[in-house]
Amino acid sequence: MLHQVRLALPILIPLFTAVFCLLGWRSLRLQRAAGVAGSFLLLAAGLELLRSVSQDGIQVLHIAGWPARYGIVLVADLFSAMMVVLAGVLGAAISVYSVGDLNARHEIFGYHPLSHVMLMGVCGAFLTGDIFNLYVWFEVTLIASFVLLALGGTRGQIEGALKYVTLNLAASSLFLTAAGLLYSAAGTLNLAALAEALRGPDTPAGLATVLSMLLLVAFGTKAALFPLFFWLPASYHTPPVPVSALFAGLLTKVGVYALIRVFTLLFVTETAFTHNLLLVLAGLTMVTGVLGAVTQNEIRRILAFHSVSQVGYMIMGLGLLTPLALAGSVFFMVHHSIVKSNLFLVGGIAQRLGGSFELKRLGGLYSAYPALAMLFLVPALSLAGLPPFGGFFAKLVLIKAGLEAENFWIVGVSLMVSIVTLLSMTKIWAEAFWKPRPEGRAPGRGGVSSRLWIPAALLAVMTVVMGGASQGFFDLSLRAAEQLTDPSSYVRAVQGSEP
Amino acid sequence: MNSVLLATAARLFKPLLLLVSVFVLLRGHDEPGGGFVGGLLGASAYALDAVTRNTGSARRKLPLAPHVLLGAGLLMAAASGLPALLQGEPFLTAQRYEAALPFALQITLSTVLLFDAGVYVVVMGAALLIMFTLGEEQI
Repeated sequence: MLHQVRLALPILIPLFTAVFCLLGWRSLRLQRAAGVAGSFLLLAAGLELLRSVSQDGIQVLHIAGWPARYGIVLVADLFSAMMVVLAGVLGAAISVYSVGDLNARHEIFGYHPLSHVMLMGVCGAFLTGDIFNLYVWFEVTLIASFVLLALGGTRGQIEGALKYVTLNLAASSLFLTAAGLLYSAAGTLNLAALAEALRGPDTPAGLATVLSMLLLVAFGTKAALFPLFFWLPASYHTPPVPVSALFAGLLTKVGVYALIRVFTLLFVTETAFTHNLLLVLAGLTMVTGVLGAVTQNEIRRILAFHSVSQVGYMIMGLGLLTPLALAGSVFFMVHHSIVKSNLFLVGGIAQRLGGSFELKRLGGLYSAYPALAMLFLVPALSLAGLPPFGGFFAKLVLIKAGLEAENFWIVGVSLMVSIVTLLSMTKIWAEAFWKPRPEGRAPGRGGVSSRLWIPAALLAVMTVVMGGASQGFFDLSLRAAEQLTDPSSYVRAVQGSEP
Repeated sequence: MNSVLLATAARLFKPLLLLVSVFVLLRGHDEPGGGFVGGLLGASAYALDAVTRNTGSARRKLPLAPHVLLGAGLLMAAASGLPALLQGEPFLTAQRYEAALPFALQITLSTVLLFDAGVYVVVMGAALLIMFTLGEEQI
């Protein structure tokens, strides 16, 4: 019975959670309980999925028993399963944090159901085996995140949300166009069937490359890839902290996931053009993102620009397209989600204790709250790629892969960007934690509930564990990358399970 | 809107619209129609009330709040996939049940109908939620 629904559970659990939140619309207590319980159940379902995929190979579910040509297919390889677990981890941490952080004004307008609808969209995008359904899940995620972004309705939020939704809708329409053209070229939208059709003699290679570029623009916008990243720094600093943390951890990952999926499964015929272009874009994304971050003086803005910069590393592994490089990308994605969400959560605590997100108004946090300083230091150093944390090993794998592929310029760029990242983390450290509290600034609200501390601390512990047990994480990422570089295993899994 | 004609017509039309909406829902099982159209027709019954009197009156007459309708409809649609699991079939596989009614009548019930009824309720809830919110907007 479980194997008929296991793949659908990461979609169904957030759906049922959102339903219970809607049914209990009048009771915030019930919504909070449902929200927290739902995200922990999602984490459990993700872990169970990862266990079964790791044990039995790629899993396929033909919804309602329809064959792939007509029906909806869910497919989970190791990469998908890892991403679902990641969604569960972040969902669980942030749902606990949001109970302690959000004010009732946000919760009453549906934070809890919306955040679960967004998780449903994200998990659906990770699990679907059909490019049109990928589009549908993108839209589910987009609409839910749009409302989450605007929740509260301050001027800055509406402005950020409008930029976000306009650019993303434009990207979606390109995506839809590309899907339509793919259907007319190959006669199917199932990813496995497309992979075969695009390699076959009936499809001109040029056509596939043109379509891949359309998808690159569409997914690149959603992943905040250069040059279409500007919606991200314009919007990430406006909503309440839990929403920012959720977005920073998961939203761009959906775009990166889609890029990795199509550029390993579908468009691998003209790699000299497509994947070198990806590498160039990766380098430019790293540099522009980090330079943007250096100019900022507000914690959340700095973190938002770093999100852009880090997307470059994930795409760098895809551009190199070796198993080692893709393992680096997968490892980096997992690491970055956890670390970046963690930094937003810590930033939120710093704002409560210090009274502001602006660096020049903060100060003296180290002497007043040494625990908070440690909590910031772990993810910050990991983000910059210092040992012994997870970020160091993720970057090490990517750089090793770059050296093996003899792509020295991208290795050089990525190392330079790491140093600048460290510089900008040092800036937050020096300004908010080290320097004395500015004259005339009253301390913040003081006491912070343990609901804020515990999720932030647990994510920091995970960063340390990712460094300590890096061999285990690396092995898993490498196995995921080997599945990605061997598209035939994906195709076989889908076709072999036809009902 | 203060029109005696419209108010009188609305009183007559409301039960008629609700009846037709359910008919369209059930007809959608084998012929054109279905939950989406039915839900919109059902919502229009209450919309008529909101137009002739005010949204408050329409809200009071609605047996469940629009948010709850949304949740209930989603619950019905999602739950319609679960009976398949008891048969060991993939999620959402359609199940049919023959039921005997008095006077030797036979009726076939299926999980597809439950799904469509869920769509009906979701569409009705969403349409009314949008309309009520816009109608109560302070300008």
